[in-house]
Amino acid sequence: MRDADLIIIGAGPAGMAAAATAAEGGAQLLLLDEQPRAGGQIYRDVGVNGDTRPFLGKDYAAGRPLVGALDAPGITAEFGATVWRIETGRRVVWSRDGISQVTTAHHVLLAGGAQERPVPFPGWTLPGVMPAGAAQILMKSAGLLPRDAVLAGSGPLLYLIAAQLIDAGAPPRALVETQTAGMMLGASRHLPRTLRAAPTLFKGLALIRKIRAAGVARHTGASGFKAVATENGDIEFGFTAKGRAHRLVTPLLLTHQGVVPATHMSRAAGVAHDWCEAQQSFRPKTDTWGGTDAPGLHIAGDGAGIGGAEAAQAAGRLAALDILHRLDLLGEEARDQKAAADRAALDRALAIRPFLDAAYPPPREFLAPEGDTIVCRCEEITATDIRRSLDEGANGPRQVKTATRAGMGPCQGRMCDLTVRGILAACGTPPSTPRARSPIKPVKLGELAALASYQETST
Amino acid sequence: MKPASRFLTRPDQVGVVHMTLDGEALTARPGDTVAAALLAHSGAASRQSVNGSSRTAFCMMGVCFDCLIEVDGQPNTQGCMTLVRDGMALRRQRGLRDIARSDADA
Ligand SMILES: Cc1cc2nc3c(=O)[nH]c(=O)nc-3n(C[C@H](O)[C@@H](O)[C@H](O)COP(=O)(O)OP(=O)(O)OC[C@H]3O[C@@H](n4cnc5c(N)ncnc54)[C@H](O)[C@@H]3O)c2cc1C
Ligand code: FES
Repeated sequence: MRDADLIIIGAGPAGMAAAATAAEGGAQLLLLDEQPRAGGQIYRDVGVNGDTRPFLGKDYAAGRPLVGALDAPGITAEFGATVWRIETGRRVVWSRDGISQVTTAHHVLLAGGAQERPVPFPGWTLPGVMPAGAAQILMKSAGLLPRDAVLAGSGPLLYLIAAQLIDAGAPPRALVETQTAGMMLGASRHLPRTLRAAPTLFKGLALIRKIRAAGVARHTGASGFKAVATENGDIEFGFTAKGRAHRLVTPLLLTHQGVVPATHMSRAAGVAHDWCEAQQSFRPKTDTWGGTDAPGLHIAGDGAGIGGAEAAQAAGRLAALDILHRLDLLGEEARDQKAAADRAALDRALAIRPFLDAAYPPPREFLAPEGDTIVCRCEEITATDIRRSLDEGANGPRQVKTATRAGMGPCQGRMCDLTVRGILAACGTPPSTPRARSPIKPVKLGELAALASYQETST
Repeated sequence: MKPASRFLTRPDQVGVVHMTLDGEALTARPGDTVAAALLAHSGAASRQSVNGSSRTAFCMMGVCFDCLIEVDGQPNTQGCMTLVRDGMALRRQRGLRDIARSDADA
């Protein structure tokens, strides 16, 4: 006996869309999310925000029906529920309020989404330096608006957040872009393919127009980021643009270099991963339904490769259809027929990615930093420490970890895996996918002990 | 030095949650996470790193663990994943207290 047909981990667009489709198809499912409320990153708290934060825009409000659809027979949703272990035989171990539970199911769908790419530079650990997406989370979930912030980095999300701040009446002091005209030019060869994604492109252009119209100062082709704390706790942000050194003083420096799949869960579950050069990130290997080489385990959404919210929804529904089929709730032909519209939507949504990936590449100074820049925030290991370990014979992520302690802190490498990989690659060492093991989130010792006794009584 | 919050004061006050931070009174809004409440309160550090440098919550989504704080006697609690409650006692911590670690670290 299983507790459920399906366990979906993550209630963002991918997980919510999958839940609705699976429940409609007759599956009994458990939806788990560690956040207090549904929505994932893009639609965070959209269900409770009503019309109180109009500055977040129409694309944000568009998430409301997805949250509403969770109120359906067949769906049990649990929030504040952190999954920390996925076992073969599809047992999912999750924790809430310090108590762990085990739920079994025939299938598991990982829909854990993305995280922001770490942007290491001298001073990025100072109070007053944050990822731009983190500030956006505060805007969505707490109505907190950054005061006189500087936005620095590159990517579509940076423009979106700038526009949201303008609409909220808290425009950023400046937008400092690492993007160069050359990158845009190089990306333009992808434009013909991108035409199918014209609406997305136009939305992007509208954001840039809004930023211009608001008179926000813009610097492009910026490099050499450096932050120091001033006497009163502000950030003095130094960078070079067009051959000139600049210094901006701000209470809050918000950086961004795109988002990357959050792969700790899929790696710890034993799914094969490879390196995606275009997105400079690890990603799980999946088939066209999101199925993986781990039996009974599907992955959908940005956790399987960055595609954005529309792609995440389509991929979530495709995975749900395939899972319904495997549960004998949907014939093969019916599955394929129902999938057609979502496949088209997925293709349309992904059409813009090659252009975006080429237009907003993360600069090398953040991928493979040098000198005193902290790489591992938990253990405060610098780029020099990592490079030294390579000189001393370390030849892979594992040895670097053992030699330096990078990645051994509570974040388990989430903030440094990609940077360690970047430094390994820059130093000519062919990097392998770093390992991830359960518990994928730190669990208090008492909780582990309680679970052990549960397992003894239940087996 | 106590830098002002790096965020604008929120206008639409909707109820108040009373807590303490290192014994001093601290108010928050219902629905705030502990990390959001601290960032709204001041721009100062909410934790010291292993080497004693100042940190505040960073990713706000459970990834970086820079928001670790003692909540009602429970150290290493992720402030960005914990909702505020009336009477909550927060204590800033230094470094990391023992925390169940991944077996990959052994
Ligand atoms: C900070 C941030 C802000 C973003 N803002 C925008 C935006 O405004 N507009 C936009 O177009 N795109 C945005 N994105 C991009 C984002 O990836 C979207 O494309 C979209 O949210 C992806 O949907 P998803 O369903 O794949 O994952 P997500 O929406 O990220 O949802 C994943 C969910 O899984 C949950 N989860 C993860 N791990 C666990 C676990 N171990 N246990 C339990 N639950 C877990 C998370 O709490 C989360 O709710 C943002 C990304 C980030 C990181
Ligand atoms: S702020 Fe990053 S985990 Fe809480």
